[in-house]
Amino acid sequence: MSAHPSVPPTAARQRLSGFGRTAPTTALVAPMTTEADVLAALREPGPRGVTARGLGRSYGDPAQNAGGLVLDMTGLDRIHAIDTDTGSGYGTARVDAGVSLDALMRAALPFGLWVPVLPGTRQVTVGGAIASDVHGKNHHSAGSFGNHVLSLDLACADGRVRTLSPDGPDSELFWATVGGMGLTGIILRATIQLRPTESAYFVVDTDRTENLDELMALLTDGSDERYDYSAAWFDTTTTGAALGRAVLTRGSLARRDELPAKLRRAPLRFDAPQLLRFPDVFPNGLANPRTLRAFSELWYRKAPKRQRDAVQNITAFYQTLDVFADWNRVYGRRGFLQYQFIVPFGAEDTFRRIVEIIASSNHASGLNVLKRFGAGNNAPLSFPAPGWTICVDFPIAAGLSELCTELDELVLDAGGRHYLAKESRTSAAAIRRGYPRLDEWRKVRSAADPNGVFTSDMARRLELV
Amino acid sequence: MIDAVGNPQSVLLLGSTSEIGLAIVRRLAGGRPIRVVLAGRPSSGLPGAVAALSQQGCSVETVDFDALQPRTAADVVAKAFAGGDIDVAVVAFGLLGDAEQAWQSVDAAVDLATVNYTAAVSVGVALAGRFQAQGHGALVALSSVAGERVRRSNFVYGSSKAGMDGFYLGLAEALRPSGVRVTVVRPGFVKTRMTAGMSPAPLSVTPDQVADVVADAVRNRRELVWAPPPLRAVMSVLRHVPRPIFRRLPL
Repeated sequence: MSAHPSVPPTAARQRLSGFGRTAPTTALVAPMTTEADVLAALREPGPRGVTARGLGRSYGDPAQNAGGLVLDMTGLDRIHAIDTDTGSGYGTARVDAGVSLDALMRAALPFGLWVPVLPGTRQVTVGGAIASDVHGKNHHSAGSFGNHVLSLDLACADGRVRTLSPDGPDSELFWATVGGMGLTGIILRATIQLRPTESAYFVVDTDRTENLDELMALLTDGSDERYDYSAAWFDTTTTGAALGRAVLTRGSLARRDELPAKLRRAPLRFDAPQLLRFPDVFPNGLANPRTLRAFSELWYRKAPKRQRDAVQNITAFYQTLDVFADWNRVYGRRGFLQYQFIVPFGAEDTFRRIVEIIASSNHASGLNVLKRFGAGNNAPLSFPAPGWTICVDFPIAAGLSELCTELDELVLDAGGRHYLAKESRTSAAAIRRGYPRLDEWRKVRSAADPNGVFTSDMARRLELV
Repeated sequence: MIDAVGNPQSVLLLGSTSEIGLAIVRRLAGGRPIRVVLAGRPSSGLPGAVAALSQQGCSVETVDFDALQPRTAADVVAKAFAGGDIDVAVVAFGLLGDAEQAWQSVDAAVDLATVNYTAAVSVGVALAGRFQAQGHGALVALSSVAGERVRRSNFVYGSSKAGMDGFYLGLAEALRPSGVRVTVVRPGFVKTRMTAGMSPAPLSVTPDQVADVVADAVRNRRELVWAPPPLRAVMSVLRHVPRPIFRRLPL
């Protein structure tokens, strides 16, 4: 790799992988601290192009660029302004792309504002949240992250910075950037809409179900609409009458008067410690069907059969793993993959079949999530759409490729698709099938980047560009 | 790119009609429509190999490569990479030759050393540069247990394999910082055309069994593997057998 004259001298070649710790490749990683750094890097992108990287929480390879340049955006981390009074009842935050959702949430809370979409971890950057169009447990009520972006500044291949908005003159490029996996340009800043909240707590109801059918019944009896947030953990290690037994947790942000007296004194206080950083000492195979079955049993048993109106903060409610740093190391050096897909309403049989296949395979998955999605947005590559999303994760092992390929067929035949932020192993053809608007997105992308400056391992692997 | 479960999208086979090499390519493709580049001498076996891979949905390119001309390695490798990244390169060419002729005829010895060592090294050097530049890739070198402890019965072949084995193990270290993985594979007796007519040694394997070992090694980013794996223990003993005893062993 030739030396790069246009990046800071602190740039260094690094081996990068995603959060799944699979398929590492080497790139020149350049730390960015200002807009000028980004524009300088784009002046001489080199033959193998550029991509941006945030906190590296994508499971696969979208924030890797083998042999090329990777811009580390985590140094571009200023919160420029948080505005509480916009006249609409909503607040806004103007932030750099490298600001984490954790930092944004903590900064906004004292103003009584809440980040409208938070995925399963807050350790993602605003830029990454836009590029992956992330969703949270409240997708059915709030949509995905892109729905709440009022404008964004994009450093483009021609060296210009464009300010894009959802219905402005460059709205096509805006929506190609939302969910665009960083392939339209480098997101520099964004203005995010924040919703008002009286507290940093949730009022949570928990229901444990005997099987998948009982869970589906609960999710479709209309009760889900009473909650802003809803998702279920389900078991992929049990079969028969207990197939897909689940723990459904649903809730909404608490009003002040819903809090116990003790919490009412400081309702906007958020405090979740980081308990433990996992060392990199776990052997391959520790997470195996046997241990994952035991984990699932425990997880199921520890949940209350039926609980109403529990007051929890977001960490307890649905970002449990945020109290552990580097928990992905538990899977050993071989790493793991997350398999997240959506199937439309009406394809319930498909995912029942998928749970059966997983339960009867040699592969086991511990962290399984099922969620009902609401309406999708305008972005051609946005993942969410009306239907069911399911996420499972597997330690890398022999035979996993074949299992996932079998699942691919079921998902695609049902009219479903894969989530690119989790994707690490499917084929270009599968993505083409799942995203019928891919060509439309490509057209907007190549108009903005005719020479293909923006690329990534994922773009090469899935032939996105 | 090699994906999370170890499946590559493009494979370069050096030694285009090597039975073991083709078995490895088939196994790495696993029925997926990958890009395959076959580099070797135009031979009667080549069209059949191309047709078989095409039938499985692979897009196949061929590049002329004569291992007796090691200096052409850079050109050959450049042509192979002209169509895009190569995810896995398999160095599978080799000459067994007539063992008795090989140590008594200068021409035979030079050919064997050139193909098995000099060409393997030149190809390795050319591939290393490409892989470093693209920032990823896996290089698979087919060595042999014959090179692990060279024995009287085929010592010209064995010594050439010992040399290439040492080179690729060293290359694995040199390429470690760049994230490029080199896997040295030491098969035992493989039942192929090259060994036809010889009586199979214990622990002999088929090309498909070697391919399974290689696919596993690529997926798990292993640096040194034996085919079959139990040979590792056998060779570890044989390596330490004193010479007076070693020469009496029926090997």
